[in-house]
Amino acid sequence: MQVLTKYVFAAALSLVVSSGTAWAAGEAHEPEPQDWSFNGFFGAFDKAQLQRGFQIYSQVCSGCHSLKFVAYRHLEGLGYNEAEIKAIAAETQVEGGPDDSGDMFMRPGVPADFITGPYDNENQARAFNGGALPPDLSLITKARHGGPDYIYALLTGYESAPESFELATGMNYNSFFLGSQIAMFSPLADGVVEYADGTPANVEQLAADVTAFLTWAGEPRLEDRKRIGFKVVIFLLILSGLLYAAKRRVWSTLH
Amino acid sequence: MVDAPKKNGSLGQSEADQDEAHDGRRREFLYLAAGGFAAIGAGAALWPFIDSMNPSGDVLALASTEVDISSIELGQAITVKWRGKPVFIRRRTPDEIEAAENASLDDLIDPQADADRVQRPEWLILVGVCTHLGCVPVGQKATEVRGDFGGWFCPCHGSHYDTSGRIRKGPAPLNLDVPAYTFIDDTTLRIG
Amino acid sequence: MSSESSKFTGLVGWVDNRLPVFSYVHKEYGEYPTPRNFNYWWNFGALAMFCLTVMIVSGIFLAMQYQPNTQMAFESIQRIMRDVNYGWLMRYIHMNGASFFFIAVYIHIFRGLYYGSYKSPRELLWMLGVVILLLMMATSFFGYVLPWGQMSFWGATVITNLFSAIPIVGDPIVTWLWGGFAIDNPTLNRFYALHYLLPFVIVGVVGLHVVALHVTGSNNPTGIEPKSSQDTVPFHPYYTLKDSFGLSVFVIIYALIVFYAPESLGEAENYVPANSLQTPAEIVPEWYLLPYYAILRSVPDLLIIDAKLAGIIAMFVSILVLFVLPWLDTSKVRSARYRPTYKKFFWVFVVVCFVLGWVGAHPPNEKVFGLEWLEVIDVGRITTFYYFFHFFVLFPLLGKFEKTKPVPNSITESVLGASATEKV
Repeated sequence: MQVLTKYVFAAALSLVVSSGTAWAAGEAHEPEPQDWSFNGFFGAFDKAQLQRGFQIYSQVCSGCHSLKFVAYRHLEGLGYNEAEIKAIAAETQVEGGPDDSGDMFMRPGVPADFITGPYDNENQARAFNGGALPPDLSLITKARHGGPDYIYALLTGYESAPESFELATGMNYNSFFLGSQIAMFSPLADGVVEYADGTPANVEQLAADVTAFLTWAGEPRLEDRKRIGFKVVIFLLILSGLLYAAKRRVWSTLH
Repeated sequence: MVDAPKKNGSLGQSEADQDEAHDGRRREFLYLAAGGFAAIGAGAALWPFIDSMNPSGDVLALASTEVDISSIELGQAITVKWRGKPVFIRRRTPDEIEAAENASLDDLIDPQADADRVQRPEWLILVGVCTHLGCVPVGQKATEVRGDFGGWFCPCHGSHYDTSGRIRKGPAPLNLDVPAYTFIDDTTLRIG
Repeated sequence: MSSESSKFTGLVGWVDNRLPVFSYVHKEYGEYPTPRNFNYWWNFGALAMFCLTVMIVSGIFLAMQYQPNTQMAFESIQRIMRDVNYGWLMRYIHMNGASFFFIAVYIHIFRGLYYGSYKSPRELLWMLGVVILLLMMATSFFGYVLPWGQMSFWGATVITNLFSAIPIVGDPIVTWLWGGFAIDNPTLNRFYALHYLLPFVIVGVVGLHVVALHVTGSNNPTGIEPKSSQDTVPFHPYYTLKDSFGLSVFVIIYALIVFYAPESLGEAENYVPANSLQTPAEIVPEWYLLPYYAILRSVPDLLIIDAKLAGIIAMFVSILVLFVLPWLDTSKVRSARYRPTYKKFFWVFVVVCFVLGWVGAHPPNEKVFGLEWLEVIDVGRITTFYYFFHFFVLFPLLGKFEKTKPVPNSITESVLGASATEKV
């Protein structure tokens, strides 16, 4: 549905706007559109799915990727209450201080803290990852062409390289990635996390859950946007009708 | 100027007038409805912009602060920042508590009993902003001027506060504010 | 002397006698005689004005939250998107508002081209409009740098580097623009200052544009001047209502983009923070600048001028030519309605502009429709050539050789037929 709306409105304007294809087309596989719960005019996040996705982020992705624009207090959007958020935040240690003697110290996290990444800085991140920089994930679904569909395709798209393909050392084959060589090894495998709600943790499910979570992380206000948008458009339709009638009325007196 | 359409030839002048009046009313109604709707829309569109100037999520998240009070000695005071303002935390001596409790309400500019201003008599917690024009009173350190009543003294316009933070002399109209606070345990105080 | 001469009474009258704002509004927007035969293409001036207002209002509130510092700019936008009350809405309104402003203005310009609105006596009115277009381009360019994403940074780098093509003073000018040796904090800071300033300059020029309009009066689809009061209607309520209806429809489309496809006109790359060590795979300007970008890239070496400088000259001339259009067009007839040949070429020109936009969005060496012998740059060269041919050759020649259709005697005649003028 969202694909459709996006298509119609973009197309109406986009005889000039055909920039989408500017991106080196043909070099990577086009991701297939998935049926996300947040698609369409009334799209909304599935909170249970977001919590599962957050679990995957915490237990798998966070080993290498930061999520620096998300604070623990934001996790309210995943359906957690204040006490749960406090508990989640308190599991981490963040640097506090300076104390009275001028020293920095470690303290348990509080809801106002932002999620800290695994590395202190970019150089450290590269050093730990063979020179590659694991990108911050807060905006990953917005910063890549194809958005959530691309992330899902990438996570499920690992396969062994074809015979003819020359894979560089330390790289992995993934035809959805530009150039088909990606430094990130396949992060997901069946059962890599154990869901508390009993959802079967196969790769497709894991990829869908973590992608949904990352979409939320990229735009936590998505639901507000669609909800308010619907009211605004309905209002404007009625207003246009009234104005059209008034305009007709006035002009009809003209001979 | 207006030729009423004569469909059957028998349409009287008064009926034509009525028709016109009816038309006018309908036009008026349309104007009002469209104008009213547009006005409501414009008003509603303004709200997001106005609301954007209210405290944002990250500001509200810091609206409460936790303070470790274990290291404050009797008679000492510390200042912590809460919502961008100084908060005075003073561990009062028995003499100071006595002075605060014994003050007659009749002598006060803004009458309030000391018991209504503290949760535990030893701990006095106040927003350190003079109720006159927003300066920060002095008196947190024993070496500073504490005014005629042993509490705080505002250097801007000379307001004297007592050991309960009540205004006793000077231009300030009200006692120093007591923020919302709770003792999480004996050594941790949560303000806000 | 009776100074109380205003037609208003009470407080309004008192003010009006001392500062005639109410008389002005009444005269220019109340009883202002407007040709009765406007079609909906005449809505777009008012729509552009609406967009300017929306951009300024949303921009001022965003400026209260934005940090023009390379360390904080990207982050402050995320704070707007996540934590500021309705910050996401303000930003989506602002970033898509730029696109809708350009849509309104481009349609407004093409309307003028079709109906000959630039012709005497409206030359200055038209030229002021071109100034507004140039100011809008500068403003939007500065604004696009502010989020400090990859596209912001590299777009700014590419565009400012254009000036390095100027012989001798080019490099010092670029260094001066940057305030350093690359796009960096001083650049961001000054671009922010200019992005805040220029919209108010636009407001000023729009004011002059409106004053000039009300001196000559509006053109209309027939291109002939109103002759009697029968040819015009008062602006209010006829056009206030027609504009309001058009505006409401326009805002529906705007709202659909803001609420349901807010990123459809933007670039994903700009959600990656600026990195001065790594250029993105493809740098594409915002859609409204694509045709000029295409012209810039299409021009080859010309005689002694190398392609870089020639491209820049061509790009600037493609806009500046609009300033001299009133004198390039030699036709006695204004409206394309009575110029059958010009009408055909007008539509060719529209198509060419769209194709130029498409060219600007694609890598120069990409094959068109998978054809081995046709690259994007070839299409760019053909369309660029036509663009200039249209202005410098067609306009002067058409006026001399075109066989025009008979023009009606009056606006009323064109609306109601020849008999109507005699009836009253």
